[in-house]
Amino acid sequence: MSGQEIDLKKRRFLTNATSVVGAVGVGFVAWPFLSSWMPSARAKAAGAPVDVDISKLESGQLVRVLWRKKPVWIFKRDSSTIANLKTLDAELTDPNNEEDQQPIYAKNTYRSIKEEVAVIVGVCTHLGCSPTYRPELGAADLGGDAWKGGFYCPCHGSKFDLAGRVYAGAPAPTNLIIPPYHFVSDSLIRIGVDPKAS
Amino acid sequence: MDNNKSWIDQRFPLTKVWNEHLAEYYTPRNFNFWYFFGSLAMLVLVMQIVTGIFLTMHFKPDSANAFASVEYIMRDVDWGWLIRYLHSTGASAFFIVIYLHMYRGLLYGSYKAPRELIWILGMVLYIALMAEAFMGYVLPWGQMSYWGAQVIISLFGSVPFIGPDLLTWILGDYAVGDPALNRFFSLHVIALPLILVVLVFLHIVALHTVGSNNPDGVEIKKNKDKDGIPKDGIPFHPYYSVKDIVGVVVFLMLFSAVVFFAPAMNGYFLEHANFIEANPLKTPDHIAPLWYLTPFYSVLRAIPPMFGSQFPGVVGMFAALLILLALPWLDRSKVKSIRYRSWPYKVALGIFVVSFIVLGWLGMQPVTPINALLARVFTAAYFGFFILMPWFTSIGKTKEVPARVTE
Repeated sequence: MSGQEIDLKKRRFLTNATSVVGAVGVGFVAWPFLSSWMPSARAKAAGAPVDVDISKLESGQLVRVLWRKKPVWIFKRDSSTIANLKTLDAELTDPNNEEDQQPIYAKNTYRSIKEEVAVIVGVCTHLGCSPTYRPELGAADLGGDAWKGGFYCPCHGSKFDLAGRVYAGAPAPTNLIIPPYHFVSDSLIRIGVDPKAS
Repeated sequence: MDNNKSWIDQRFPLTKVWNEHLAEYYTPRNFNFWYFFGSLAMLVLVMQIVTGIFLTMHFKPDSANAFASVEYIMRDVDWGWLIRYLHSTGASAFFIVIYLHMYRGLLYGSYKAPRELIWILGMVLYIALMAEAFMGYVLPWGQMSYWGAQVIISLFGSVPFIGPDLLTWILGDYAVGDPALNRFFSLHVIALPLILVVLVFLHIVALHTVGSNNPDGVEIKKNKDKDGIPKDGIPFHPYYSVKDIVGVVVFLMLFSAVVFFAPAMNGYFLEHANFIEANPLKTPDHIAPLWYLTPFYSVLRAIPPMFGSQFPGVVGMFAALLILLALPWLDRSKVKSIRYRSWPYKVALGIFVVSFIVLGWLGMQPVTPINALLARVFTAAYFGFFILMPWFTSIGKTKEVPARVTE
């Protein structure tokens, strides 16, 4: 090297290059910490199917079970409820289930395999509360005579019919989710597994 | 003594720091009632850290044991009830003090140049404090802890495209559960307190660099005597350190009254439903966040879903919070203090305070059509304060600001 002159250009280049390599290193080191927040192997393995015996379920009665840590409702609808479901189209956001919130075998007016047995994930599509079961017809606090029974979310006031379809004007943007399920026998439902045919 | 002092001073700037920040830190002589709340916020922070350390010794961050361990603290640990009530009341007291501290800033224009950075650091502190309080509220694992967490974390799930994955990442699971409780405990006990303490340090360093504002909004550094000491300044210690002790005594009287006689404050400081253990199958009939978060919760509920997504409401809620950061640049007025401002600002500030309080009240109420309408009106008023500020701060006649502070 001749003389004492400092090559500032070279120095700046080396500083920048070192900084870039250092930043890449920080990125690599950050990755294990960030991904440690993902569901652990144990959490992933905990999603086993759940069997529910419905032989003792009365018409209008609702049971709640936990599936993948979420509440799932199973309830029986009587013939008048089933008839009412067809009359609500005009008041609903998505009466024909265009949004992909259900398996293909539940894409019908009743959003179920059998029209009298409903299986619905009881988590509001707005912000995750679990709506309250309000099957009584004409409940005064839910719109009086127009109310044909359904679910009311206490958190932000969303309303759903007895097939889990959301009423228009509610904060919830979409219908409730229908989980994959099938009938092992007439009285036993397995939640979490599709029917064999589909 | 003097020998010891100089031995330390050669190795650490003890006397220099003492003088710069206390004994020779010149503070305007006209501070009033509104200037108590900065030091009170520091007091509450220390109290929360000390009580928190002791609660951590008995609490179990495990969804199967958390609720029972809080009951254990309340019933079986000697004086555990007192330590817990100091901590839970301290959380609400922190926000009362901080809201009054921020309102002081609005009254006297303390956010205006050259104090923009103090304001911004303070706002970041406020946001970090909200996160800290929210995560702390989840830990007892009662019904409100669980469902409050469910609602607040679901907000992140509404982000377009990455929402569901982001949600899973935050929860470490497919629903709120043990992993979420465990990581919130870590953030509440280590990460956020460290951040808060560092931010408080920066907030004070920035303050001591430019000096305190005062109720007249006069810069005392513009009028110095021949020794370079502001004519309207008095040393912080002993003058204001002693004054602040009076504030501390009055504060602790009120605080103790709540801790000993009404620690739940009829559901405002500790919600009734939180005395029931978390149940993922059943949402309580009425859920609301704690009072200090409700104004922003109201904004969230006021904005309807658009394009089949809840995201606009979430954006609105965070915008309501972040827009406060822009305050120093939205205010075009030449004067700082409310004492010399034109009438449009006084009217606007009044409307803003009313909006904030009404939104806070609405956030605790169930949704009804009339409440939803009110929430929309006051959300508009809230944002109107900021959006119209460049206009209403530049009209109307301001009073002349004196050269020196008034009595």
